[in-house]
Amino acid sequence: MTNWAPLDVLLWCILAHLVTSGVAIPIGRVSWARWPVYGASLLISGVACAYGLMHLIAQSSVAWETVLPLGLPWIGAHFRLDALSAFFLVVINLGGVAASLYGLGYGRHESAPERVLPFFPMFLAGMNLVLLAADAFTFLLSWESMSLASWALVMTHHQEEGNRKAGYVYIAMASFGTLALLLAFGLMAGPDGGYAFATMRADGAPSGLAGLVLGLALLGTGSKAGLVPLHVWLPLAHPAAPSHVSALMSGVMTKVAIYGFIRLAFDLLGPISWWWAVPVLIVGAVTAVLGVLSALMQNDIKRVLAYSTIENIGLIFVALGLALAFQGNGMTAAAAVAVTAALFHVLNHSLFKSLLFFGAGAVLTATGERAMENLGGLLNRMPTTGLLFLVGSVAISALPPLNGFASEWLMLQAILLSPELPQWALKLLIPAVGAMLALAAALAAACFVRAFGISFLGRPRSAAASNAHEVDRISIAAMSILAVLCLLAGIFPAIIIDAVAPAVQTIIGTRMPVQTDIAWLSIVPIAESRSSYNGLLVFIFIAASASLAVFAIHWLASAKLRRAPAWDCGFPDGSPATQYTADSFAQPLRRVLGGFAFRVHEEIHVPLPGNGSPARLIVTVHDLIWEWLYEPLIRLVNVLAERLNHLQFLTIRRYLSLVFGELIILLLILASWT
Amino acid sequence: MDKLALDIAHFLAGSLVLVSLMLLYQDRLPALLNVFAFQAIILALSVAWQAYVQGASDLYLTAAITLSVKAIIIPVALHRMIRRLGIHREVETAINIGPTMLAGLGLVALSVVVILRVTVNADVFAREDLAFALSVVLLGMLMMVTRRNAVSQVVGFMSLENGLILAATGAKGMPFVVEISVAFSVLIAFIVIGIFLFRIRERFDTVDLEAMDDFRGESR
Repeated sequence: MTNWAPLDVLLWCILAHLVTSGVAIPIGRVSWARWPVYGASLLISGVACAYGLMHLIAQSSVAWETVLPLGLPWIGAHFRLDALSAFFLVVINLGGVAASLYGLGYGRHESAPERVLPFFPMFLAGMNLVLLAADAFTFLLSWESMSLASWALVMTHHQEEGNRKAGYVYIAMASFGTLALLLAFGLMAGPDGGYAFATMRADGAPSGLAGLVLGLALLGTGSKAGLVPLHVWLPLAHPAAPSHVSALMSGVMTKVAIYGFIRLAFDLLGPISWWWAVPVLIVGAVTAVLGVLSALMQNDIKRVLAYSTIENIGLIFVALGLALAFQGNGMTAAAAVAVTAALFHVLNHSLFKSLLFFGAGAVLTATGERAMENLGGLLNRMPTTGLLFLVGSVAISALPPLNGFASEWLMLQAILLSPELPQWALKLLIPAVGAMLALAAALAAACFVRAFGISFLGRPRSAAASNAHEVDRISIAAMSILAVLCLLAGIFPAIIIDAVAPAVQTIIGTRMPVQTDIAWLSIVPIAESRSSYNGLLVFIFIAASASLAVFAIHWLASAKLRRAPAWDCGFPDGSPATQYTADSFAQPLRRVLGGFAFRVHEEIHVPLPGNGSPARLIVTVHDLIWEWLYEPLIRLVNVLAERLNHLQFLTIRRYLSLVFGELIILLLILASWT
Repeated sequence: MDKLALDIAHFLAGSLVLVSLMLLYQDRLPALLNVFAFQAIILALSVAWQAYVQGASDLYLTAAITLSVKAIIIPVALHRMIRRLGIHREVETAINIGPTMLAGLGLVALSVVVILRVTVNADVFAREDLAFALSVVLLGMLMMVTRRNAVSQVVGFMSLENGLILAATGAKGMPFVVEISVAFSVLIAFIVIGIFLFRIRERFDTVDLEAMDDFRGESR
């Protein structure tokens, strides 16, 4: 087996996924069908992940290439495996392994498995194929198959009105994104039709059009990744799918979109100009802040996670924007730091977002509830899930010693290098973006304190929550693996940084200094005198001080322990509704920041003295992007459709006249062209 | 290429355009059919001349097919059809001869300009032939657009096909299969539309297509 080229193995893996998907169609309704289907996806993703990792770790600059006689006859289907693809293959197949494992347990509760099982392997195959595609046609085809398979998964529970709307908005935005990518590739290919990536890489963007292509790439990949203002479908669609698919869509599919952007902007577009960074930085920063602010306003736990995905995508795009700025000025070492931070965060986000979605799925299984207002007190009833969800929350809040901190710290290190840039525009913009990033990180912490605190702490707010039970062992195993990986990546960031280095090398041309040689597993992105971070030390310190504190409390505390009801202010049997709720926790931030971001309006109705009716607080939150951008657009489309509808009911002679007129106009254009 | 041969080819193709223009202002059906038969004869001559000049003997067969099917069988059949339908004395009122002729002349000018500009590097012999062929096609389409009577539309369609055959034979080395298929497609279209006409007639008592619009509940 060792003499097989990795690319061939990966292509066989994709074929195996497709075969699994085909097999799943006839057996989809059978109760045991999830075992072979998820088992096969688990195995195949594992193999693909291993081969990706092998290619990455080998540190070889060799890119495997092959052309299959598929697709358009004069193009064929080009495939290529380089270090960048290999890194994303690892991320995606790791997510695939985790989601398949989780699906083995979670799938038992699926009411319509025949709608999930055939599309799940197809979705994995589509994502893998995007990473290996090396010509525009194959890329777009795999991109679309990825979109369609995920759309089918979003529509699993199509009986619910909200899911149908989510599917509709999703497919509309996905088509828009593909259109933008199609135009971008069309411009890159030029009139000669050089659709292979190798040709594009050699030629670069046509002169003067690089900015346009970058804009189209940002639109196309941004609509899939969830950049503001193209994010509207994401908080609708990601929660609508079954939880392990939500994890795949949020944790993994958005990464495929980021891969697409990196491939286009850094690899194919040719020499980078510094000003490309400006739109990317601004969009990234706005996405990060708006995403996390929206997450704070949500009550549905899966929606909170989906909005938090938008925030993390914003962070990654900020890091990529920094890399563009540095690379455009020839500061390759700084660019390498920024790209490493972006790729590290890609890996981290896929780990903890999958973990959190699995946790949300476990809560959903145990209680049947997604609304946080109906949860509470779950930590006592589902201790393991609670602990794992806590690990995920700490990681995503970027607290040391977990992995989220390491990558966001690297990002801030890159931002601190910005004063060395020659352009004043960037010198002024990047610190502002850095401030936004810090704000987003702080808000993310608040958001996950809220998500964990309201769902898992306190007392149950509903009968469903008080009757919850721990989920099955396979689901817990899937979550535990991810939690351990989060911890390991946080404690040993140097290993990850060195593993990512070949991918950074392929797109930037240089890499960060080797980190694993540094004493005590510290990471030093630029110089020892500037900054360094040691995850292991922080972990040991936290572990030691925490155990010391526990030990001290138990040692020194009085032995006369007495359990009694908490003091209830003279109101016995207080209702669980007197606890902090999700909305009340978010209120301070809603008042401070929601005013301009969401035009939040609070209305308080207090009954007159003597009137026994309850007081009411009515909060209205507006989604300004939907109201100001999408609603006018929808109205415009409707008006145009209304007008064009008349064309459906013409006489034969008028149709002929239309065709004839069209022909004459084309001939006139042809006659006046030369 | 012999200059006389070129001139004769141009003369025949030009006549075809001229006859196409004549088709435009025929407002009685029998006259229209006669002019169409005349057009087919000229086409047959033109194809035969091409066969002689190019030395391509298979084109003689195309000419014979054109002559027999388009100049004789189809016009005769259509004559019988309009007699049986009782519309052979009707005058088609929809066409307005002046503007239609002006439009036709404009189309001829347009196609000459387009073809001469686009095919600068092409063979002289094929080049002007193509310009004439495009004129015939466009005039046929114009006829289909301006006429209301189903029979006139059929004639317009077949006149369009004549333009295509002129283009096909003008270019050297066009495979015979293409012409066969073109001829058969015309024949089939003719049969289908013939059957269709009787159907329309049975149902609506007229072959005026406006009646069908009325039937769909729309008025112009």
